[in-house]
Amino acid sequence: MSDDSKFSTLSRRGFLKASMAAAAAGAAPTFFINNANAYVNAPTGGTVTLGFNVPQTGAYADEGADELRAYKLAVKHLNGEGDGGMMNTMKPLSLKGNGVLGKKVAYVTGDTQTKSDAARASAKRMIEKDGALMITGGSSSGVAIAVQGLCQDAGVIFMAGLTHSNDTTGKDRRKHGFRHFFNTEMSGAALAPILEKEFGKDRTAYHLTADYTWGWSQEGSIKKYTEALGWQTKAAVRTPLGAGDFSQYITPVLNSGADVLVLNHYGKDMVNSLTQAVQFGLRDKQVNGKDFQIVVPLFSRLMAQGAGENIKGIYGSTNWNWSLTDEGSKAFVKSFGAEYGFPPSQAAHTCYVQTLLYANACEMAGTFNPCGVIEALEGFKFEGMGNGPTEYRAEDHQCFKDVLVVRGNQNPTSQFDLLEVVNVTPRSAVEYAPDMLGGQLGSCNA
Amino acid sequence: MDEILLQILNGLDKGGAYALIALGLTLTFGTLGVVNFAHGALFMLGAFCAVSVQQVLTISKRVKDESITFFDAYKETPYLELWWGDTGAMIIDYAVPISIFVAIPIMLLIGVAIERGLIKHFYKRTHAEQILVTFGLAIVLQEIVKSLFGANPIPTPAPDIVSGSAAIGSMLGLSDALVYPWWRMIYLMFAAVVIFGVFAFLRFTTFGMVVRAGMADRETVGLLGINVQKRFTIVFGLATVVAGLAGVMYTPILPPDYHIGMDFLVLSFVVVVVGGMGSLEGAVLAGFLLGILQSFASMNEVKSILPGIDQIIIYLVAVVVLLVRPRGLLGREGVMED
Repeated sequence: MSDDSKFSTLSRRGFLKASMAAAAAGAAPTFFINNANAYVNAPTGGTVTLGFNVPQTGAYADEGADELRAYKLAVKHLNGEGDGGMMNTMKPLSLKGNGVLGKKVAYVTGDTQTKSDAARASAKRMIEKDGALMITGGSSSGVAIAVQGLCQDAGVIFMAGLTHSNDTTGKDRRKHGFRHFFNTEMSGAALAPILEKEFGKDRTAYHLTADYTWGWSQEGSIKKYTEALGWQTKAAVRTPLGAGDFSQYITPVLNSGADVLVLNHYGKDMVNSLTQAVQFGLRDKQVNGKDFQIVVPLFSRLMAQGAGENIKGIYGSTNWNWSLTDEGSKAFVKSFGAEYGFPPSQAAHTCYVQTLLYANACEMAGTFNPCGVIEALEGFKFEGMGNGPTEYRAEDHQCFKDVLVVRGNQNPTSQFDLLEVVNVTPRSAVEYAPDMLGGQLGSCNA
Repeated sequence: MDEILLQILNGLDKGGAYALIALGLTLTFGTLGVVNFAHGALFMLGAFCAVSVQQVLTISKRVKDESITFFDAYKETPYLELWWGDTGAMIIDYAVPISIFVAIPIMLLIGVAIERGLIKHFYKRTHAEQILVTFGLAIVLQEIVKSLFGANPIPTPAPDIVSGSAAIGSMLGLSDALVYPWWRMIYLMFAAVVIFGVFAFLRFTTFGMVVRAGMADRETVGLLGINVQKRFTIVFGLATVVAGLAGVMYTPILPPDYHIGMDFLVLSFVVVVVGGMGSLEGAVLAGFLLGILQSFASMNEVKSILPGIDQIIIYLVAVVVLLVRPRGLLGREGVMED
């Protein structure tokens, strides 16, 4: 009797323990559980799913829309459809045009809304519910850093889209995160010699800066390089992301004594702030005996399109421009143009390249296992992708390549011919030590 | 001195927008007793009247762009330019001013339809229910605009002739550095004219006198045999037109998207509360006052002492005003109080 009773009691406890364990397992996010598969979302059927997480609303929605177009084109090319685009020019190439590792590429999309919390929720949904094996997207560095951290914890690869802050592959670098796009350090190094040549060493700058990681990073880099030239910085004023009306921040510039306005804004913020700066007559002013100048350190054709006439003659830097005449750029522009009727932006370019690089790394590694993919990407040297010889530096997962300095085209030959490349700054001039920006990659989490 | 003048101008033009929206909001609240959370959406609809007019005027013929050889690209040339050359281009250039005349009847119609179709059923409901239904209406209007025009802001520029700045410093014999965009000054003058027009309408017409009487004591006016309700429908239409015109004229300052109304709505409610619930003069005064304060709070000298003050100044002022004068700046005892 007592034995029975004891047995019965133990059994109940055992049942309760098992129930609690099952409930805890059910409540935990699925990506924290290492199941029978060797890694999260290992593909089991005939397809492999990628997650495209881009801003479809908010200050960077234009870039997001173009990124999504590029991702869709990349999927077509990976699956052997269309003209193949840069798969015809990329070297070395392991892709065969039959999907990735024999599996057809499928995709899911999410709207980051240019907000970190929305982007993380969207990425989490794609990983947990849709089985995405890799997450990619931009266009805000704040968002990229947040999603990169999530992907590291989840054990999936993050191929960053448009993100320009030093922090993405600096202090916030992660083993699972890779960035093809350049950063503010490189922009500063590339722009400074051109600014010196065009505007001289005796200048006083006034910065208007988007108040988040990318804005701070760009302001820091441009100040560092322009002050090294001998420029003075009059003020650096932070503006909220998506402020819309910048007039209250522009009016103090008029009588500040500054003769250069540096707009550390991107997307619609830059279109609005530049348009309003021109409306306030800044470009017609003379200060300290010199013509007033405006500099937009990070430029894109989409922004130039939004700003119209105001962009003419303004200097900035860019990761890529559709007017480049190398074989890779020509192949991509032809393919993208045929699909959509207009050339791709730099955001579209970096996203397209990132998708192909990820797929190629899977083929090289012979597996979708993130640890194998990371190993294949680290130190990978390639060309034929529009930026000349490029390397994914193993120490910080940052791509190193030439940087373009551009100017708003004074005499465009077509509606898309908005940026003129004035200098191709070689990789050697923008390269820095891997530990300069701080941060640790950590280890593979799969 | 120049900087102070610039910030005052800046504040006045911001304040003009706040005052116009708050004026319509107060009219609705003061006459119908309805807390209209859809008022910001009406501002947005006005802005999209301008966008629609611009899109209609620029309906284009697609012509192959021969300068692009990599792929087939097309240039779009508006039919108005093809048909009438420079005259057509000038008509397109004046899309925003033309929109004013289009927006007035459209917004009046929308206002009357909303009042008759929805708002009138909620007169006797609680304010909480009114807020819920008007907020719901705002979301529906936003989503309709989003589905028709997309999520991105649409540039709607001012006519070329007023796209630059006026050298007001030179004009007034002050510093040459004192310049201000023409369109912002036009917006300020436009706001002043509309505000003056609404006040004159309410003060110098019999219709206005009845409305003002109704705002003060609806029951007594009803007992005199006057159909206040019918007049209030027209007042709602008038408030809608004012919000719509504020939206039309704001498009060259800020390219509108479907969310633009919400950005202004919260600020406008603060303006109404600071001005005094139901006080039209209070709404206008508070609109300009808060616009100027916000502008001065953005000055570097102020921000260096109080970082981030530009983001909270409006709410800070609201808190202080409500603590010192709970009825707002020009709110009177017994008005809008049970």
